[in-house]
Amino acid sequence: MNLLIVRMSSIAMKIWMSLLGLFLMVFLLIHLSINLCLLRANPTWFNDAAYFMGTNYVIKVFEVVLFGGFILHILIGIILQIYNWIARPVRYKATSKTYTPFLTKYMIYTGAVVLTFLVIHMFNFYFIKLDWVKSPIPALANGHPDFYTLAAWLFSKPLYSITYIILISGLGFHLYHAFRAALQSLGLNHTKYNCAIEIIGIIYSIVIPLGFIIIPIYFLI
Amino acid sequence: MTNHKNMKFTLKIWRQKDAKSKGKFVTYKITDISSECSFLEMLDILNEQLINKNEEPVVFDHDCREGICGMCSLYINGRPHGPDDAITTCQLHMRKFRDGDTIVIEPWRARPFPVIRDLMIDRSAFDKIIQEGGFISVNTGGAADANSILISKLPADLSMDAAACIGCGACVATCKNASAMLFVAAKVSHFALLPQGRPEAKERVRRMVAKMDELGFGNCTNTFACEVECPKLISVSNIARMNREFLCAKVG
Ligand code: FES
Repeated sequence: MNLLIVRMSSIAMKIWMSLLGLFLMVFLLIHLSINLCLLRANPTWFNDAAYFMGTNYVIKVFEVVLFGGFILHILIGIILQIYNWIARPVRYKATSKTYTPFLTKYMIYTGAVVLTFLVIHMFNFYFIKLDWVKSPIPALANGHPDFYTLAAWLFSKPLYSITYIILISGLGFHLYHAFRAALQSLGLNHTKYNCAIEIIGIIYSIVIPLGFIIIPIYFLI
Repeated sequence: MTNHKNMKFTLKIWRQKDAKSKGKFVTYKITDISSECSFLEMLDILNEQLINKNEEPVVFDHDCREGICGMCSLYINGRPHGPDDAITTCQLHMRKFRDGDTIVIEPWRARPFPVIRDLMIDRSAFDKIIQEGGFISVNTGGAADANSILISKLPADLSMDAAACIGCGACVATCKNASAMLFVAAKVSHFALLPQGRPEAKERVRRMVAKMDELGFGNCTNTFACEVECPKLISVSNIARMNREFLCAKVG
């Protein structure tokens, strides 16, 4: 890719894209497990978990890795996409009739939905933790932000919850193709295991978003 | 030929004088085309009619007309090689269309495949990739006995499957990113799987991928459209193999 400031092969970029994507998929699992604490009526569960995640030093180191992961995944994704657009300057008149699974073609768009979600999410929670944004909910007695009440308050607004559900569905659509594609880019394709890889990918792309979606529904009803 | 019938079509064909001029679609009506006629024969008939009317015939790629050379191209109604699976355009027959159909015929569209004229494109980008490593270096000397290197059945078969690639470019044409990964992967794989290909394997994959990037092909996003449209049914598992080969070449 000679147009790049840093010369990197297309396959090398895709390998990075896959590794970062898989890493982010693991992060999602951890994040969901913490979010599910919101389903406990006792706010201390979630607040304790949030406090631990916000203060533990190991987690703090991982936070940097995580942010780097997000930024690189987004950046490489955009760079690859730009090259892909440039590669066909004149488009076809006839729309493609070649069969491909629907969602595989729209990773950049579903990715944009996830990015939108990420920005909203940062403003709602992460920036409050950093004290960059003032929380609409008073802090706990120990001075830490009351994320449980904040989440409960946000999710009690139907418009917020519906937007959340829509954006999280976008995440699901992004994940649908993610696992199989990541493994393929890493060279892991085997007739014996392809079916299992596909099924695991699809289950993950349904279960994770559903797990997140249960929470606003729980607070709404 | 019991099912033979005469058909008529409206053809919307991309006409472009040369690489530099702006092209446009021109509509032609064609009648009395046998359902058993091949697609390229249908274009031959159209060209006959155009020549008789003192008009410029439509330029299109073709050579063997039996599905082995990869020369014929054409993006027909949204699919490279038209509405049939695992065939080249020269193997496509008019019976695959309905009488009265409108057929949109376009050249392959990709930055590294510029249009030369009408439907003819320059696919020398593929040759440039092959020149980077799509071969094994053989020193002169006595011809070695073919059976002196034993190769087990599975890699031999997989290598032959990859070697079936005729370099037609349908993979690039159908890919939403105009990626040449399936072509390059087939070429890398058919050597990588054989002992004769191993000594130069690392160098080969590095150089061929670098050339592919340099020529401006897009990147694979694993939609697997290439596999669907490949007339030789080259599997995307070859792309995974090339990714593995590339990774090993870089880290090893
Ligand atoms: S003309 Fe040779 S493959 Fe079609």
